Parts: sequence; C-alpha cells; structure tokens
Amino acid sequence: MLNYFYHHILSFTIWLPVLAGIAVLASADENKPNLSRWLALFGGIISFLVSIPLYTHFNFTDGGFQFQEGFSWIPAFNINYHLGADGLAVPLILLTSFTTLIVIISAWEVIQQRVAQYMACFLIMSGLMIGVFSALDAILYYVFWEAMLIPMFLVIGIWGGPNRVYATVKFFLYTLLGSLLMLVAFIYLYLSTGSFEITDYYKFAMPLNVQVLIFLAFFAAFAVKIPMWPVHTWLPDAHVEAPTGGSVVLAAIALKLGGYSFLRFAMPIAPDAAQHLSGYIIALSLIAIVYIALVALVQKDMKKLIAYSSISHMGFVTLGFFIFNNLGLEGAIVQMISHGFISAAMFLCVGVLYDRVHSRQIESYGGVANTMPVFAAFAVFFAMGNTGLPGTSGFVGEFMVILGAIQSNFWYAFLASFTLIFGAAYTLWMVKRVFYGEVANEKVAALKDLNKREFLILAILATMVLALGVYPQPLTDMTNATVVQLLTQLSQSKLPVGLGL
Amino acid sequence: MENIRYDLITALPEMIIVSMAMLILLADLFLKPANRIAIYVLAQVALLAAAYFTFSTHVPSVTYAFTGAFVDDAMADVLKLMIYLGTSVIFVYSRQYIQQRDMFRGEFYALALFSVLGMMIMVSGQSLLTLYVGLELLSLSLYALVALDRDNAKATEAAMKYFVLGALASGMLLYGMSMIYGMTGSLNIAEINTALMSGAKIHSVLILGLVFIVSGLAFKLGAVPFQMWVPDVYEGSPTAVTLLISSVPKLAAFAFVIRLLVLALPTLAVDWQQMLVIMAVLSIVIGNITAIAQTNLKRMLAYSTISHIGFLLYGLMSATTNGFIFAMFYVVSYVMMTLAGFGIILLLSRQGFEADQLDDLKGLNQRSPWHAFLMLIVMFSMAGVPPTLGFYAKFGVLQAALAAGYLWLVVFAVLMAVIGAFYYLRVIKLMYFDEPVDHHPIEAPWDMRIVLGFNALALLVVGIMPERLMEICIYTITSSLS
Repeated sequence: MLNYFYHHILSFTIWLPVLAGIAVLASADENKPNLSRWLALFGGIISFLVSIPLYTHFNFTDGGFQFQEGFSWIPAFNINYHLGADGLAVPLILLTSFTTLIVIISAWEVIQQRVAQYMACFLIMSGLMIGVFSALDAILYYVFWEAMLIPMFLVIGIWGGPNRVYATVKFFLYTLLGSLLMLVAFIYLYLSTGSFEITDYYKFAMPLNVQVLIFLAFFAAFAVKIPMWPVHTWLPDAHVEAPTGGSVVLAAIALKLGGYSFLRFAMPIAPDAAQHLSGYIIALSLIAIVYIALVALVQKDMKKLIAYSSISHMGFVTLGFFIFNNLGLEGAIVQMISHGFISAAMFLCVGVLYDRVHSRQIESYGGVANTMPVFAAFAVFFAMGNTGLPGTSGFVGEFMVILGAIQSNFWYAFLASFTLIFGAAYTLWMVKRVFYGEVANEKVAALKDLNKREFLILAILATMVLALGVYPQPLTDMTNATVVQLLTQLSQSKLPVGLGL
Repeated sequence: MENIRYDLITALPEMIIVSMAMLILLADLFLKPANRIAIYVLAQVALLAAAYFTFSTHVPSVTYAFTGAFVDDAMADVLKLMIYLGTSVIFVYSRQYIQQRDMFRGEFYALALFSVLGMMIMVSGQSLLTLYVGLELLSLSLYALVALDRDNAKATEAAMKYFVLGALASGMLLYGMSMIYGMTGSLNIAEINTALMSGAKIHSVLILGLVFIVSGLAFKLGAVPFQMWVPDVYEGSPTAVTLLISSVPKLAAFAFVIRLLVLALPTLAVDWQQMLVIMAVLSIVIGNITAIAQTNLKRMLAYSTISHIGFLLYGLMSATTNGFIFAMFYVVSYVMMTLAGFGIILLLSRQGFEADQLDDLKGLNQRSPWHAFLMLIVMFSMAGVPPTLGFYAKFGVLQAALAAGYLWLVVFAVLMAVIGAFYYLRVIKLMYFDEPVDHHPIEAPWDMRIVLGFNALALLVVGIMPERLMEICIYTITSSLS
C-alpha cells in the first residue's frame, strides 16, 4: 500500500486536492458553510502532507526527472500520462500545496458567500498547477495549464472587486492567446518527432529559423504568464480585482508557471534561438526591473503597487535565466520561491487591512502601527523582504542574479542593481504612509490588531522568509544538480550538423 | 425476388423508421389528447428498434443494395447510430417544451422521424440521386417543422426564408450533379470516381459542376458565404426545432460531403480544397466576430455554429485521411455540445416564456448551481478549453491542417478561437458573476434532467478520455475510405 503510494506520489499530489475540491462542492450548503470550511481545510492539510515525501525522498545528486510514472493515455496521438519532477519542479510543487493551505485558512471568515465554491476552486486549482509542474508530456502539460484558467477565471469573477468582469476576461483572453500559439508549436513538434514527450523534444535538432519560430510561440505563452513588459498589463488589473486568495495564488504560483515553463520548454527545446534572442529578452527584463519599479512608485492602490513590484521582481527572474550562467539561473529559481512567500504575505497583509477598512488606497490609512502594532511588525518585515534586505529570502535571489549578471556583462548588473534603490523606495514609502505618522482617521483609530488566525498564517510565512534568507541551502542543494544539467543542455547547439548558419 | 429481399434487409432500419412514422400519423387520429404520450413512446421505440437492427447487422465490410444506389458501410452504420441517439435525446429534451406550446402532436414526431429517414438515406446514398432524395426529404421535413407553430409570425417567416433559400441551394446542387453526370455518364459514386480517374474529361465543365456542388453543400452546412439563413432560422424556429436543425443533420451533412467530394470526386481534390480553404477562413472570421454582437442566445449559438463549421472545414480541406477522421470527431463533438447547449435553453423555458435572451441566463449559478455548472462545461467545450471535448476536437482538426502544410491558416484559426472565447466567456459571466433577475424555480421532467446531466458531463468525461471516440472515428473513416 505504502509502496503504491511512493510509486504514484505525483498523481496523489495532483488528484487529492482535486478530489477534495469536488467533495467540498458536493458538501455545498449555504446554511452550513462551516462544513465546507472544515472539509476544505482537511483536504488542504492532507494534500500538503502528501507532497512532503517529494522532499524527503528526493535524490539530491540526480539532476534528471524523479518520481516518474505513467501510462499510455491517447495512443492515437502517442500522448502519455507521464509525470516526473526534477529539482526545479519539486520546490514549486511544495510551494503550491503550501500556499493553497494558507489561502484556505486566510479565507475562513472573509468569504461568506458561496464558501464551498470558493474553497473548491482553490483546491482544484492547486491540483491543476501541480499537474503543470509535473507533466512530462506536452499535451498533458497543456491540459493542466489551460484547465487552471477556469477556476482562476471564476475566482476573480465571482468574488472580485467592482471591475472584476473586465479584469477576469482580460486575464483569460491574454493567457489563452499565448497558450494557443504554444499549442501550435507543440503540434509542429509532434508532427516532426512523432511524440509529445518533452524529453524527445530536447533531442530534436532544428535549424535556427525554425527554432526562432518555436521559441517565439513559447515566448508568447510564457511572457504573458510570468508576465514580462510589455504584455504585463493584465496582471495589475487581475490583482486589484481579485479577492485576497486569488491575488496570493496569482502572485505566488501562477506567475511561476511562466518562469518554470521557460526552463522546461522554451530554452532547452530551442537553445540556439534562446541564445540568439537573449539580448532582446534581457533588454525587456531590464526595462521591467527599472521602468516598472518606477511605475510602482506612483501607485495609489496598495495591491496595484505590489502587483507592479511582482512584475519588477519577475524581471529579475527572466534576467537570471537568459544570462546563461550557474549563479544567474540558480538565483532566479531562488527568487521565484522567495517571491512566492513574500508576495503572498504582502497580499495577505493588504487583505488584513482591506477586511477591516474596505479600502486599498494608501491615502485611506496612516499611523496603523499605533493601533495594530503586531500587524505592523509583520508588515514591515515583509516589506524589508520585498526590498531584498540581507537576512530575508528576497536578498539571496537578487544578490545571486546580480553576481551572475556581473559575470556576463557589467552594465546588466549595473542596471539591475537599481532595483535595490527603487524597490526600497516604493515599498518603504508605502509602509511609511500606511503605518507610520499620526493616526489618520477614525477608521484607523478603531482598528483591531490581528486575530489568532491571521497571526498564525503571517507567522508561518515570516518564518519561511527568514529561514530561506538565513539558510537557503536546502533549496539550492535541491536545484543544484538540475541547474548544472540544464546549463549543459543549453550550451549544446541543436542546429543540424552541416547546416550551420 | 431474392435480390429484392436482400435489398430490403439491408435497408431494414430505414423501413422501420418509415413505417413507424406512418403508424404515428395514423395513431394520432385515434388517440385522445390525454393519451398522446403514446406517440412519444412510439417514436422512441422506432429509434430503438432501428438502432438495434443497425447495430446487430453491422459488418466491417461494405454491402451495396438497390442496384448500387444504396450502401451499407461502417460510416453509414456508425453515423446512423449517432443520429438515432441524438434524435432520441432531442425527443427527451423537447417533450415538455412542445407540450406547453400545443405542438405535442403526431405531426411533430412523424416529421422528425421523416427527417431522420432523410438523414439515413443521405448517410447511405451511393448514387447522386439517392443522396439528393435524402437531402430533400430531410429539408422538407425541417421546413414543415419550423412552421409547425402556425400562429407564430416569426416562425412562419423563418420557415419561408429557410424554404426559399434551401430550395435555391438544392437547385444549385442538382445542377452541379447534372454536369458531373454529363461528363462521366454515371450517377454512381464509385463509377464517377473510376470515370474521372481514366482522364480525358473537359476540366472546365467538371469545375463548373464542382462549384455548384460545393455551393449547395456550403448552403446546407451553413458555411460563409452561404450562411445568411442560419441565424434567422435558428432564432425564429421554436427552440425544440432549432435543437433538431442545429444538431444531428450535421452528421448527415458530413457523410454527404465525404460521399460527394471524397469518394466521388477525389480527382478534383486540388480544386475543392481551395474552395474549402476560403469558406473555412471566412466562416471562422464571420461566425466568431458577429457572434460577439448578439444579445439573443439562439442567434449567438447560430453564429457559433458557423464558426464551428469553419473548424470542421479545416479538417476536410486538408484532404487527408487524418483530416477526415478529425473532421468526423469534430462533427460528433459539435453535435454533443449543441444538444447540451440547447438543452439548457429548453430547460430554462417554461409556459409562455422563452429563455432565448442572453440575459435570461443571469445568475443561474444562484438559481441552480448544478445546471450552471453543466452550461459552464458546454461553453468551455465550445471555446475549446481543456479538459473538455471541444479541445480535442479543435486540436484534431488543427493538427490535420498543420500536417497538410497550412501553418499560417492554423495560426489564424487560433487567433480567431481567442476571439470566439470572448462570447462564450460572456455567457459564463452572466451565469456566475451577475445577480439573477428571474426567480422562477426550474421545472423539468426527471428524464430530461438526467439525460442533460449525462450529456454535459460526457463533454468533460470524453474530454478527459477521448480515446474511445477517436478510435470509433478512425475505424469509421479508414474502413469506409479503403
């Protein structure tokens, strides 16, 4: 029995939350929302526990895919249900199941309408996103990738703010457009190789012009998802309108789907095109880091500010990917995980304020530290993490990427390091206006400090941010072998022999 | 004598349907209105009996009957079974609707069965004339069905429009057929093919004939630029009849296209491919963009049908076995989606109220989460979002078109699919994000609820495990084309 579990551990981590979500839906009863809540919490805890053996049973010296399992799914197209995870996927899977648990707890009292549907959406979405991280078959991956849009579409649309319909439709259509182009690339690769196995694509040699087209098709999907300047505009809208849980999942995990997929598909399948186009992508990343940080500076809405800060941080991730060295790549991965904790925490902090005052505008606040000292302590800590203060997880990733960039080109590093100034400026300025100074109005004066539930989730997140900042080694050990293997893969040209351009 | 017996046995399902249709007409004269439910039962029994004989006499090989004018091959049998099943579902969905509108009479079921007979003959036609007779039988029954609600001015107008334009299309088709006949000297599909293979025909006359045939087909399918009847007829007809027009006849039309273009005129493939390419692209553009502007749900689904036909043509235009297989897969998926979509409209309609405006769906999630969920599946399936059946349907035709070398047309179709997703999302928005305006409880007979549940969930289940349906399509097409 236990043996069966260990052989199908990825399937369990995908399908348990989905089944739990269906069970929660079946329990839906507007008069008894607590039943749905407890059921969802139970499902979330079980799903998280099930994912832990992915860490404890991980082979740290193996850079390839582990925990593989599979069977033939659609033989007519040679499509397989093939799962596996490497040092890149496992941290993201753990992050997903962890974040889902946090979201369920954070929604406990906040969501009063259609509780069962809300909880079910997040549980199902969690399973689907883990599916994205662990699929080794292109169509299986694509199905998970698209299917996760459906619950997110509903979450923003049903429980979102006043302008939610615009935001959620924009989110859906932007992502769909990119993904469909990726689907065309998959079909092309299938017609050329006769397989949908990702690892077969790694070995498939293509001339540069084909590689560039394939790369651009992938780029359309992933650049929208991560998101990169200038296709980022859906993100601030979606974040502002989404309920707190939706923002948390979007920032902590959905953006990482894009980053992960760059490393899983676009770069290893078309390495020469990636090298060829890296200059452009680095330029876009630097624009995101510098320009978007300036945009964040002038935001009046806290959620929007954090959304722009996310885009700026994701610019660091793509920069780290496309400078093609060990430090940059590993730093980018650490940055992804760290951003998962910090952005989740920041959105939860905004959620805490919003639940009490029902405003996300910075100007509605002032002097919150006087009435909510404990909360202010947490918020300032996460803000420091967001600016990349040493000792927090935000520092590790950014520092590694900047070091990597110096190895590649001094000016990349020079421009990228502006983020340390701008990031500090927009984050700390927001903290100053919201938390410090005199108590601004009677609403702030009437604020009550964190309750036990809020304290619990923020404390857990703070621990993670601190732990990863002081001792990132468990994470880097995990990714190390995979990063080394990936870099070898990227450095080998896949141009057909004798066709060099 | 022996021959006749053999012929009749081959066409036994057709015999059953035609006798039952007549029996229903007769029985209707003697039944009291209260006992009319018997007619409904008779119609379902007719379909069941026909299905039994079609299924039990199925052999993988091809049988000809009536001196080669009628064929019984895998495609005929599989499509017929699907037609029975689809029609049976239509009868279940429409019963309450037509009862409430005083259309629950023998005529409805007799005409519906005659249209089924027409479809069966289209599916089994091996001669140009048989095909044509089948098509006319189907069309005439449908014209009459549209006008069945006599006092409804809109329906009468729709019937008139449908009839005039449909007759024009039939004329064009017949004219094209006559030219092919003139060039080849035969009406038989296989003989036409052999005659064309042997060469030395006047190409320009053949092409002229082909243009008329393709135009006629496009009319019946509702492909741009012959689509103008579709929205008006969909909107004007009673919803139960719209359900019939929009769903199963597409299966027969698919067989019709395969028999005419693929089996009779493969030598002209280069020519009809070009025509289909243009129609496919135009259908996707006009269908998807015009659908955005609609406020009437039935009209919106009409334009959505046009765009689906465009995708279907993507499969056909590749002119490969692979393409035909996934064109069939697309048609079958389309029929399943359409049945469920119109099923929901029928479900929400009640005495004196047609749920045919988009706004009638507002807040459905609060009125009935289960039915909103079913409609959600239908809409995502129509938009082609996995894990629903519609995804594999689009995936199949697009890979066939890509394999045939139409890279940029595929990219274009994909962009149009994103535009299409917008109006399907709007339906979901109305159901989930808006507050209900209509608070009537949803009343529907238990059998309709169950069948509708199965129908919509099938889109999800087959979407997760599409292998069986693909195998059926592969089997059908490969054994019929060899």
